[in-house]
Amino acid sequence: MYVAVKGGETAILNSYELLAAERRGDPEVAELTLAQIRGQMRLAVARVMCEGSLYDKDLAALALKQAAGDQVEAIFLLRAYRTTLPRFGYSVPVDTARMALRRRISATFKDLPGGQVLGPTYDYTQRLLDFSLAEASAAPTPPSAETPLPATSPRVTDLLGEEGMIEAELPLAGDPVPMDLSREPLRFPADRATRLQNLARGDEGYLLALGYSTQRGYANSHPFAGEIRMGEVPLEIIPEELGFAITIGQITLTECQMINQFAGSSDVPPQFTRGYGLAFGESERKAMGMALVDRALRAAELGEEITSPAQEPEFVLAHTDNVEASGFVQHLKLPHYVDFQSELELLRKMRSSSAKVGVGDTANQPELRATEREEA
Amino acid sequence: MNGLPGYNFAYLDEQTKRMIRRALLKAVAIPGYQVPFGSREMPLPYGWGTGGIQVTASILGRKDVLKVIDQGSDDTTNAVNIRRFFNRTADVATTDRTEEATIIQTRHRIPEKPLNENQILVFQVPLPEPMTRLEPHEAVTRKLHALADYGLMHVKLYEDIARYGHIATTYDYPVLVNGRYLMAPSPIPKFDNPKLHMSPALQLFGAGREKRVYAIPPWTRVESLDFEDHPFSIQRWQQVCALCDADDSFLDEVVLDGGGRMFVCSDSDYCRTRQAAGHTGTENTPMEVSA
Amino acid sequence: MNDPHSLLASPLLPGLDDPVHDSQQVFRTLLSALSSPARLHTLSDLPQSPPPLHAATGAALLALGDYETPVWLQTPSDAAAAWLRFHCGVPLVSEPKQAQFVLIDRPLTMPPLSAFAQGLAEYPDRSATLIMQVTGFVPDGPLFSGSGIASARRIGIDGLPHDFWRSWQDNRAIAPLGVDILFVSGCSVVGLPRSTDVQYNTASGGD
Repeated sequence: MYVAVKGGETAILNSYELLAAERRGDPEVAELTLAQIRGQMRLAVARVMCEGSLYDKDLAALALKQAAGDQVEAIFLLRAYRTTLPRFGYSVPVDTARMALRRRISATFKDLPGGQVLGPTYDYTQRLLDFSLAEASAAPTPPSAETPLPATSPRVTDLLGEEGMIEAELPLAGDPVPMDLSREPLRFPADRATRLQNLARGDEGYLLALGYSTQRGYANSHPFAGEIRMGEVPLEIIPEELGFAITIGQITLTECQMINQFAGSSDVPPQFTRGYGLAFGESERKAMGMALVDRALRAAELGEEITSPAQEPEFVLAHTDNVEASGFVQHLKLPHYVDFQSELELLRKMRSSSAKVGVGDTANQPELRATEREEA
Repeated sequence: MNGLPGYNFAYLDEQTKRMIRRALLKAVAIPGYQVPFGSREMPLPYGWGTGGIQVTASILGRKDVLKVIDQGSDDTTNAVNIRRFFNRTADVATTDRTEEATIIQTRHRIPEKPLNENQILVFQVPLPEPMTRLEPHEAVTRKLHALADYGLMHVKLYEDIARYGHIATTYDYPVLVNGRYLMAPSPIPKFDNPKLHMSPALQLFGAGREKRVYAIPPWTRVESLDFEDHPFSIQRWQQVCALCDADDSFLDEVVLDGGGRMFVCSDSDYCRTRQAAGHTGTENTPMEVSA
Repeated sequence: MNDPHSLLASPLLPGLDDPVHDSQQVFRTLLSALSSPARLHTLSDLPQSPPPLHAATGAALLALGDYETPVWLQTPSDAAAAWLRFHCGVPLVSEPKQAQFVLIDRPLTMPPLSAFAQGLAEYPDRSATLIMQVTGFVPDGPLFSGSGIASARRIGIDGLPHDFWRSWQDNRAIAPLGVDILFVSGCSVVGLPRSTDVQYNTASGGD
């Protein structure tokens, strides 16, 4: 077997070594353990799991360590690993009404069954840099409620649904199995199940910005945070040989249900409509951005005029994936000598021919060109 | 030998290979049509050849001899990296000689040496839709392809002529395949377009990020779009290759330390072969093209 | 149903000896067959397939089929069904239009080509590939031309219905929609994608 050994290969191998040394940093400082990343960088881990489309805290922590904290790189590592994993089956849809809540807030009702639960949130932390954290600190001891939370609490949208004030969220006729975006390419028009899958693994920053744009007039959207809940839900599968559901574990989810005004149409009375967001782990910003974008993308289905980027399914969905986006933006680092040479030749040709035209030979030029030159 | 422990031959699992293989069979049956496929995340970034890599991984066998080029050269870092990937995952024989290869994966060039019927050329494609800059919505471009309505592209080319006196597209120059589908040949210079036409080799195109594959079977008509009074023409140089004196190859311009310019073949194998056969240019000392 | 080989009576035949590398070889031959239409290709070292599958048919289905590819068998066969389900998990369908792969083992009584998935205008790839088992191939026959063929070439395909080439022209007329065909006899394969034109004289047009 003949393998050409060239400078490029040595350079690549050397770059691996350099990268490893930079990642490790000062060898005098203790190396990060996965347990530390998993336990103390849990929000970073959640984002990597969510956009990496793989619920595994240890692998996400490993990816973060390997990527030296670069989240998009860590997401890419997790995705590339995930795609090689065999698939044993599909879970039963999770039921977030059965969530063991650790946080639950509603901006639409002052009080409601199950109550408002602030939980572990940065919302009211006043964002003062806490210099005491610069040193090792004693383990905090969190307070616990006098009465435990109810095992389950109804979703706000279900309470509104009882009154018929909000659109019903019903399975499509025949309850079709949703397509699996990790196995099949995205096609347009994409149904809502497909869109939500796409958004769920989409880049948080992108969804945040698009969601934000809908609040600033780029889409006629008037959202209320109907409910945000975070906690643990059981994950169930139905093994072929058993024929009934068994619980295989639990996962942490953040769910956001946005409630939006809807003027109604000739078929439908005025009512509230929904935007939905769901994310692995504690990922509130992601879930909220997703819910805003989901609602904006429903414009066509609700007969609303499409006027803004966030309402355009092809624009939004084709650009959510940061593994794709990062790769394609960064591929500009690859050599483009050949294309550049072609453009250089063209530019030289154009400049030399425009110089020739300058000496008065306009007779053979197309009419439009002559017109343009007069204007110039 | 199967390559990398813990991974299947050529990295992809068999189910993924089957899915891509089925898409490729439809692609050759419908020349120039973009077949959607369930592109997978690869351990190399999107935009760096994941489509070409998935196609190569799906067709590659133990008896194949693989050549990988980027910008015509076997030595650019990306080409080295992709060749290394298949070396690790498939333990397949590699070469930099065009005539020895059974599969050539390429980015942005078609080799200068004529290909034969036993070779497959795999193109890495960034943007498979030729009309994407004119109409970004896939739902619309699919409809235009269905109707073979390529007026949009003709208008664009005509506007070029009206504006500049000639068509101002120099690479990824659109072609009509087998008289039916408008196709992006990937960002090869239009210099290479004539090589697409009636090629004895099978040509496969993989766009990983955009999740599409397409094909030009051997001996298939491939016409570069043009107008009767503005026929398609390819780039020509005043210069010849400074290393091998070739006057018929695509030349890269190199800026020298002193500020001067030098033109050399972009196809490194072609240049080497000519030099080995005794052709010499004005700059005989072997030059180092850093990756 | 009426297959004499009952599931219990006959042990299941083995599949491809080396699934990874044998599938690759079979695929490359099929790719070549559809890229260079109307040319005889031969597969070697194939495992025995259960009736009514010819060796090349079985190999093609093992190489390309899985749970994502519905298959329609012209002649239902318990032995073939069990073998295909076990080795590649393909779903067998009773509706010809639903099939991605179609096995025609008796061309003389086959449904019209229009009975199978033709693809959609925007997705012409969503059409059926037919594996048609024929009696054999001879050098002389209709004249084929089109994509994949340098200059027109001839090949005779034995065992086709008398009006087959006329119906192929109908299939050709709706291109880029339409079905693609792999003719199989024993270990030999000839590809006929929808892009191939045929010229025949009516006297020699059929079988």
